[in-house]
Amino acid sequence: MKKFVLSVLAFSFAFTLQAQKSIEKSVIEVDGVCGMCKARIEKTSFKVKGVKSASWSTDTHQLTLIYDTSKASLDSIQKQIALVGHNTPLFKAPDEAYEALPMCCKYKTVEDH
Amino acid sequence: MVANGEFITHQLRTVIAEELDEVVVSKTKASIQKTYFKPRNVVTISSDELLKAACCNLSESFETNPSVDVNFSDAITGTKQIKMLGLASPYLLITQENIPMVRGASQAYGLTYTPGPWVESIQVTKGAGSVTNGFESITGQINTELFKPLVSEKRYFNLYRALDGRNELNLRLNSILNDHWSTGLFLHANNRNQENDRNDDGFLDNPTGDQMNILGRVQYTNAQSGWVGFLTLRYLDEQRQGGEIDLQGPNELRVNAPWRSNLNTNRFDVSLKTGYVFPLRTYQSFGLQLAYSDHEQVADYGQRNYHIDHDSFYGSLLFNSIFGNTLNTFKTGFTVAYDKFDELVDTNSFSRVDQSAGVFFEYTYNDIDTWSLVLGGRLDRHNRLGAFFTPRVNVRYTPWEGSAFRLSAGQGRKASNIFAENQSLFFTGRMISIDSSQGQFYGLGPERATNYGLSFLQSFNLFNKQGDFTIDFYRTDFIDQVVVDWEAVGLLRFYNLEGDSFSENLQLELNYELSENLSIRSAYKSYRVKTDFMSGRLTRPLTPRNRFFANLDFKTTANENGTQWRFDLTHHFVGSQRLPANSRDGSNAEADGYGLWNTQLTRAFSAGFEFYLGAENLTNFKQQDPIVAADDPYSSNFDASIIYAPIFGRMIYSGLRWTSKK
Repeated sequence: MKKFVLSVLAFSFAFTLQAQKSIEKSVIEVDGVCGMCKARIEKTSFKVKGVKSASWSTDTHQLTLIYDTSKASLDSIQKQIALVGHNTPLFKAPDEAYEALPMCCKYKTVEDH
Repeated sequence: MVANGEFITHQLRTVIAEELDEVVVSKTKASIQKTYFKPRNVVTISSDELLKAACCNLSESFETNPSVDVNFSDAITGTKQIKMLGLASPYLLITQENIPMVRGASQAYGLTYTPGPWVESIQVTKGAGSVTNGFESITGQINTELFKPLVSEKRYFNLYRALDGRNELNLRLNSILNDHWSTGLFLHANNRNQENDRNDDGFLDNPTGDQMNILGRVQYTNAQSGWVGFLTLRYLDEQRQGGEIDLQGPNELRVNAPWRSNLNTNRFDVSLKTGYVFPLRTYQSFGLQLAYSDHEQVADYGQRNYHIDHDSFYGSLLFNSIFGNTLNTFKTGFTVAYDKFDELVDTNSFSRVDQSAGVFFEYTYNDIDTWSLVLGGRLDRHNRLGAFFTPRVNVRYTPWEGSAFRLSAGQGRKASNIFAENQSLFFTGRMISIDSSQGQFYGLGPERATNYGLSFLQSFNLFNKQGDFTIDFYRTDFIDQVVVDWEAVGLLRFYNLEGDSFSENLQLELNYELSENLSIRSAYKSYRVKTDFMSGRLTRPLTPRNRFFANLDFKTTANENGTQWRFDLTHHFVGSQRLPANSRDGSNAEADGYGLWNTQLTRAFSAGFEFYLGAENLTNFKQQDPIVAADDPYSSNFDASIIYAPIFGRMIYSGLRWTSKK
């Protein structure tokens, strides 16, 4: 029992310590509309190795990222997001990717007016 | 209203757009919210929903929530008891801001000690819950969040008066001292002086008495450093008198004194919560909770005395973090608990100390839209229960939009505090017998059960209006149980379960917004709760097999200055139920099903001032002769615990609320 407690605690601490690396937090604007966009943007961000946390707001369209700069760069994350159809500050989504988005995610319809 | 997935382009011409400051697209938040993406079957009840019942405390806060059933417990104390999945509240984990609250000595009346106007929200979790708060929960968890000084209204004042003689006063004062510190002071007082005996059985329909309840809290928030903290202190003092009305007439010839009940409770709570969120890694945090309470109840019921003093200490340290990314999160830590009971039943002392310590680990996988999974386990060592492992699992699967399949399974165990949990036994002349098995608790063993269930939730859009539909099925299987056996006249027996004991619950729920101003909620519930008693397998007494609930909610659109009308109407149908054996009805008697109607009308005169008028039990339905052998209260036939319907009948109430943001 005591051994178990200690190993759990030791494990948690080891975990905390090994993460003392080059962690950075960034907030970027990503075009999108709905909850489906949110799932797509976040899932894509997580596919980039080194991304710890990704959260996109349907209200403000801001994507908050926490990532390890030794593994991931803001560039590489933005590129991946653009490739699935969402414009980012650095990359525009290719037309084919945008066309493939479901109806509710067509953010350009709003911006054109 | 956007009904399908197609896009609607709404153009504002520049001329108009220049004149407009802003376009507000608003959708009122539902006062009962279901979760679609969380792995557990959780319903959140907001403070707005609590206003529908207008009164009074936590035990009465579930009248419009189909997951929790409200029962009448006895004819003496006027307390309402709650049940979930067919089983009484001791099998639930009831927490206040995640600290175990209604347990041990406060099991029977503890819910009446949290005033409704203090409550910010309630989270009701059906089925296996988190392992982080202990091993005790079996059928589910109810967590109450009180108002937080930093974000809630600065002042709140409420007065309430019911025609049964109950008066209430509630007050909340919050102030923000500076950037980091804020404080709150909550007050509650209630009393009833009026003696009611509408059914002329010589016994009060509801008790007289009063309660004083004071809570003070300090909140610390420092977003830069990542530290947050809460210190909360509470003191409660309550007296309740019930039983026979003093008959003072020269013609009254009575051998015995009137059968009276006096219940005095005082309770002190203090809790300290601190948390630290790592500044850059906001997904990582520590939480420390320390709580102490002293609950003392002194009661005499007729010739019986019951005294319990329960000192309780609870501590937990929790660490939250991730594996790689926030799709994979975990919680780990440990809890310690110390409970000292000084219990006196007549002249028999049942004092004991329970101590336990445990470690827990809970892993959550969430792929954002389709799957989530929680795997939790804890290892505890308890001075009476021994060392044991408690596993729990929850899965959520969303195969298409607006749906959620949920599966849960888990185990829980607890010590049965047989007298505190079954206080209504003191309102009977029954002889109490404990069939000792040399166990650790009153000579009896601990209780242990497995709970598992499946739930399906689907939101839909019909005629451009939102609705949702739920179907739930849960089953609880007792491995060990302390059976409370009311199956012999004049006798109440406690013994360890031999054989099977289970509870099955099927629930169908349909909620629909008929228009912007009108919505309807409805639920049908079916229960199969059976236990192998010594006399054979029987349905648990006072457990309706069927229940139906419907609530109609109407509100006018609020004007700019906040004026509004709100109206709601609630119907409960309670199906037939089996009665405990007693000298009047014999064995296996059945009480017929019945329906109850509640209604309330609220007028908001401004955003901060409103008046309400309501009625509970509109059709004045009453249980006939609720007390068995009311004319001979000192006989073994006397029984004031067989209550399955209202005693008092129609109850009209009114009140006012004043809130100020400044």
